[in-house]
Amino acid sequence: MTVREPDYRRTDPKGFIVRAVMMLAQLVIPLGLAAVTFSDDGDFSGKLAFAVPIIAAMILFNTVIAYLQWTKLTYTVGTTDIRVESGVLSRAARSVPYERIQDVSLEQKLLPRLFGLVEVKFETGAGGKDDLSLTYLSESEGERLRELVRNRREGAEEASEPGTEKAPEQADTIFAMGPKRVFTFGLFEFSLAVVAVIGGLAQQLEFLLPFDLWDVGEWEQRLAGPGQWLAGLGPLAQVAGIIIAVAMLAVLGVATGLVRTALREWDFRLERTAKGLRRRRGLLTRTDLVMPLHRVQALRLNTGFVRRLFGWHSLKIISLASDSGGANHDAVPFGQMDEIQPVVGVTGFELPPAQTNWQRAMPEYRIDKAVLAVLVLIPVTAVVAVIGSAWFWLLPAAGLVFTLAEQWWRWKHDFRALGERQVYSRHGWFSPSLAIGSRVKLQSVDIRQGPLARLRGYASLHFGLAGGRLRIHGMPIAEARRWRDEISRSISSADFSELLETKGAPAT
Amino acid sequence: MDESEDLTQLDPRYKTMMQLIAAIVAVALLVGASIAEFAIPGWTGIVWAPAALVVAYLVFYLPMRRYATRGYSLVEERLRVVRGVLFHSDTVVPFGRVQHIDVGQGPLERGFGLATLTVHTAGSHNASVSLPGLAHEDAIAMREEIRAAIRRDTQ
Repeated sequence: MTVREPDYRRTDPKGFIVRAVMMLAQLVIPLGLAAVTFSDDGDFSGKLAFAVPIIAAMILFNTVIAYLQWTKLTYTVGTTDIRVESGVLSRAARSVPYERIQDVSLEQKLLPRLFGLVEVKFETGAGGKDDLSLTYLSESEGERLRELVRNRREGAEEASEPGTEKAPEQADTIFAMGPKRVFTFGLFEFSLAVVAVIGGLAQQLEFLLPFDLWDVGEWEQRLAGPGQWLAGLGPLAQVAGIIIAVAMLAVLGVATGLVRTALREWDFRLERTAKGLRRRRGLLTRTDLVMPLHRVQALRLNTGFVRRLFGWHSLKIISLASDSGGANHDAVPFGQMDEIQPVVGVTGFELPPAQTNWQRAMPEYRIDKAVLAVLVLIPVTAVVAVIGSAWFWLLPAAGLVFTLAEQWWRWKHDFRALGERQVYSRHGWFSPSLAIGSRVKLQSVDIRQGPLARLRGYASLHFGLAGGRLRIHGMPIAEARRWRDEISRSISSADFSELLETKGAPAT
Repeated sequence: MDESEDLTQLDPRYKTMMQLIAAIVAVALLVGASIAEFAIPGWTGIVWAPAALVVAYLVFYLPMRRYATRGYSLVEERLRVVRGVLFHSDTVVPFGRVQHIDVGQGPLERGFGLATLTVHTAGSHNASVSLPGLAHEDAIAMREEIRAAIRRDTQ
């Protein structure tokens, strides 16, 4: 890199301030801990005299490094690619051609947001760490880059249509969640795991609390304070104490669910724009993401055990690009079926029609699995009953009962269907989930048979899917072959690169 | 496209190669068995006999079965790969989904003039399907055929 291109840019200088503040925040925690440990043994001011210059030097050193890093991080918007060069001692240059950028997402954490900065991520489908990201640019610069990347991409294909360029994006909202909906969602996000963690933490950190959480006696006393009559009730007060402890955990669980949901989903908006689905959400960290419609590979429709009773479902989109860690994009995190239906329509997929021919797995498949479980777990139970102590044999026995019940249950509630354009796989009843795959967008089809399966004439069908997995178990072998032939005929009808380039238009 | 109607067999040299690999393992096994045989006092053959059975299975039976169960076909612009003695797998990759193609040769494969053809798709499951035991010139020809099909499609 001897000749540097003239039009390279630096990230926003305010980003440097944000980094410095974040670094200080990271320093505060260890410093606070250190202060607590040192202040225990008297002579605090003497040690402070030593500590202050060291701390000042650390802060200065970090600030200088942050500044150097900022000066050395440059990006260049070229004619065919975006190039980012970074590094103080060792330099790294990365270039991503426009054609390979799947989409551009903007993310705002709390602190950068206060300064009006965004983090710009260029998704290439390479997955996670290898994606290109620029921290931090001003909001307008982020928006400009996004438009630029999109127009460059379009430009390659639509240069002949001058009318369409830079048309002000008209967006119609197809799904949104107001505060009330987010609140309801939060109530359903109550998680036992969180309660368990908090319970555990309370036990670990109870020295921080002004009272003892698990000391029933003390609760009694506390109750006895305002309501003197409780003291006379004895055991009843104990029960009250336990109930209060449980209620407190429950309240904490609900509160955590509410807070987490509100932080993530606040002001959720899903819009249909010319370029695809645009999703904005988040209270403190605001994310802004565009999912191009033609990249939608499959849909997943989920619901939960309790929320099913109220008709709440969630819709996820499986695509090549990744969504902050997860492979699936939340399109409708929490909505009624009549709200999900139009979103599904927009993606070019459709919900299974009423007359869909749903089929169960072959009974042989489930029976074989159950028999295998019996063959393994009954001897285990017997051995444990003989050599193990007390009631340990109940464990494998319970496992066995569970497996048998599960096999029966799944036989009853797992279904598959092959539509004209789509493949459906549905399973579960407590928290049913439905996967909808487009027949055209699958990558490969694989029939798998173990020795038992060959003997009994069933097979598993594994589909290659960009960014997800779709498997159907326990099909009769003849039907598996028929599905494979029909699906591979559908696949052959369109080339993969064609699928990626036909914008917006759902593959037919 | 049902059962194993028009599957092409792999190159017969592949069977020899698998037997050679098994033979190397077998030699190691026999050396171990001989040491055990001399270490354990008693009847001759108490270790040798079972070891000989295992060797016969590894060197003669298994490569034959594996060779017999493997096959491929390239009809209707699809690559179909069938394999597996105990656990059967039957994979179909339409040419239109192939992202890139590898033809690889290990040292042994080079000696036998064989090659492995690997096609990669954009899927995250089963993203690459490999087909070992092709004659090198066949593998090259198949690669050209698939590549020509891809180019025709994307034009």
